[in-house]
Amino acid sequence: MKILVALKQVPDTESKIKVAADGKSLDPADVKWITSPYDEYALEEAIRIKETKGAEVTALSVGGDSAKDVLKNALALGADTAVLLKGDGQGDAFAVAQMIAAYAKDKGFDLILCGNKGLGGDNAAMGPMLAELMGVAQANVIVKLELGEGTFKAEREIEGGSEIVEGALPAVITAQKGLNEPRYASLKGIMAAKKKTIEELEAAPVTAGAQVSALALPPERPAGRKLEGDAAAQAQALIQALKDEAKVF
Amino acid sequence: MILVFCELKDGQIRKPSAEALSEGRRLADATGKKLGALFAGASCAGSAEAAKYGADVILTAEAGSLASYSSDAFAAVLADAVKAKGATVLLAAATAVGKDVAPRAAARLGAGYASDVTGLSMVDGKLQAVRPVYAGKAFATTSFASAVQVATTRPNVFPAAEKAGAGAAETLSTPAGDFKSVVKEILAKASGKVDLSEANVIVSGGRGMKDGANFKILEELADAIGGVVGASRAAVDAGWGLPHSMQVGQTGKVVSPTLYIACGISGAIQHIAGMSGSKFIVAINKDPEAPIFKLADYGIVGDLFEVVPELTKAAKAMGIGSN
Ligand SMILES: Cc1cc2nc3c(=O)[nH]c(=O)nc-3n(C[C@H](O)[C@H](O)[C@@H](O)COP(=O)(O)OP(=O)(O)OC[C@H]3O[C@@H](n4cnc5c(N)ncnc54)[C@H](O)[C@@H]3O)c2cc1C
Ligand SMILES: Cc1cc2nc3c(=O)[nH]c(=O)nc-3n(C[C@H](O)[C@H](O)[C@H](O)COP(=O)(O)OP(=O)(O)OC[C@H]3O[C@@H](n4cnc5c(N)ncnc54)[C@H](O)[C@@H]3O)c2cc1C
Repeated sequence: MKILVALKQVPDTESKIKVAADGKSLDPADVKWITSPYDEYALEEAIRIKETKGAEVTALSVGGDSAKDVLKNALALGADTAVLLKGDGQGDAFAVAQMIAAYAKDKGFDLILCGNKGLGGDNAAMGPMLAELMGVAQANVIVKLELGEGTFKAEREIEGGSEIVEGALPAVITAQKGLNEPRYASLKGIMAAKKKTIEELEAAPVTAGAQVSALALPPERPAGRKLEGDAAAQAQALIQALKDEAKVF
Repeated sequence: MILVFCELKDGQIRKPSAEALSEGRRLADATGKKLGALFAGASCAGSAEAAKYGADVILTAEAGSLASYSSDAFAAVLADAVKAKGATVLLAAATAVGKDVAPRAAARLGAGYASDVTGLSMVDGKLQAVRPVYAGKAFATTSFASAVQVATTRPNVFPAAEKAGAGAAETLSTPAGDFKSVVKEILAKASGKVDLSEANVIVSGGRGMKDGANFKILEELADAIGGVVGASRAAVDAGWGLPHSMQVGQTGKVVSPTLYIACGISGAIQHIAGMSGSKFIVAINKDPEAPIFKLADYGIVGDLFEVVPELTKAAKAMGIGSN
């Protein structure tokens, strides 16, 4: 079985977001870059399938040179090969989906694992777009995955519960927290990864569907007020304020 | 035409869909376009209600094969409807189904897609979207390069405004079957309460709750004021038996209720990212220096185990019922 895992490099969740001088992109100064957390679940799932059923796992990222860190980490964790599709970083989720589809088209992947959303961009779009472009099944926001002979069964998170999706392989599956508990790289893994090379390819030329024309910080919230008195008085004052001032009730 | 994919539940239009429909009406009015409401399923009974939210045309794709949700089948229905009606804008609510089907339909149409948007406008005849990025730490204005433009609207942000429309019924052809994937079973939680992402009032608990069993006092407050209960990641990861679906934050749910009450939550950057879009924020914390107070419209410095039950009592005394 051949598995492709799409990994995106994103700003760490601790990052304070600053807008760059162009007014539409992130100021990269002081940003620490990490693998998008949901993509870690995707990679872990691929490695577990490799360990239990046998599989060849390819880790792929679309991005610049810095995205190699994400791929080196993936190799250390157990991916067999790593591919960097070099793009200009300007594309939207649709552009990324087209690039990955162009790469994966004739490689015979049985399973493509992604995060359910890339932290930061938050589109939750690349997976379903890739599935459509490749003409294969999809299952999103997955907390449990079982593979059969050419089929899959997945549990997907929905409002107020979950649902079971069944479909045919090949498929694009996007991972949610809960799918597994990602491992840490072992020293042995890190050493072994040093001997592996990252294949670097130019991404196919594509047309984006959308672009960011401005990036802004949210407006400051007006200063609030603290409610005084004992617990009963504070509670009384709060409910009254929510009713009369905020008109929430 | 502006086309809005709508979901039905128990024969009624789901609230997030009604919100998307109302926003569609507003955009249609701004550009002199018609508004179409699109339904798909084994039965679309209840779709006529779309006229109440301004639909000029109500399109239904009814077939036994669509009884269970299928990503590829529904995406095909949406894309076919866009093509058949020559629609330029396709909207859906950013629900579990909306977020699953809309990007796939967009790719099928070669269209750009903006997800979970909090603002829409028409600029020079094209859609422009504002959407939270970095879980609400920033907002991106998104413009489209493609002829067709697709977006999902975040629940609880756009008002569901009633405005009568002609609501002319039209049926659509449906896909034959043999789908790539299909939903086989729904494992619903017993509660039947609305999901956090759609809730109007949220009462959240953090590490300060000390134990999962103590969430009972939050449930009681939530019941008294018509809310649902959420949690910080520290609470979800503490092994108290709280499901991840309760987690609010950058790696949990991003919520935008009218009222968010944070109990025993310090206000870490990843938590704030998930709830700073709330209209009113209340913080209850025994530490007056807790960062959450910087965000709160109303702050109570005190022991939550004393304050929360008093709130429940006060709400009941003032006759604030569930809504
Ligand atoms: C501040 C900011 C705002 C942005 N706003 C928008 C916007 O409004 N509209 C828009 O279309 N684009 C936007 N982008 C661009 C967008 O983030 C990326 O171009 C694109 O990769 C989609 O990212 P995502 O994280 O939203 O993707 P998602 O669709 O959320 O990603 C889902 C999964 O797809 C895979 N994946 C995504 N990107 C890559 C990649 N580069 N390499 C490998 N795997 C990947 C990962 O497995 C990921 O978990 C924005 C970028 C920035 C920095
Ligand atoms: C990659 C990453 C992603 C993350 N994603 C998320 C996320 O999505 N959501 C999230 O919430 N966190 C997330 N976090 C974790 C985040 O950094 C914080 O650790 C977490 O939010 C803290 O939760 P807390 O406020 O409940 O706990 P604490 O920070 O421990 O705060 C507990 C608070 O309770 C108060 N308290 C204690 N007892 C009482 C009492 N009796 N009465 C009143 N107040 C009391 C204390 O004063 C304190 O302020 C993430 C972290 C990382 C690294």
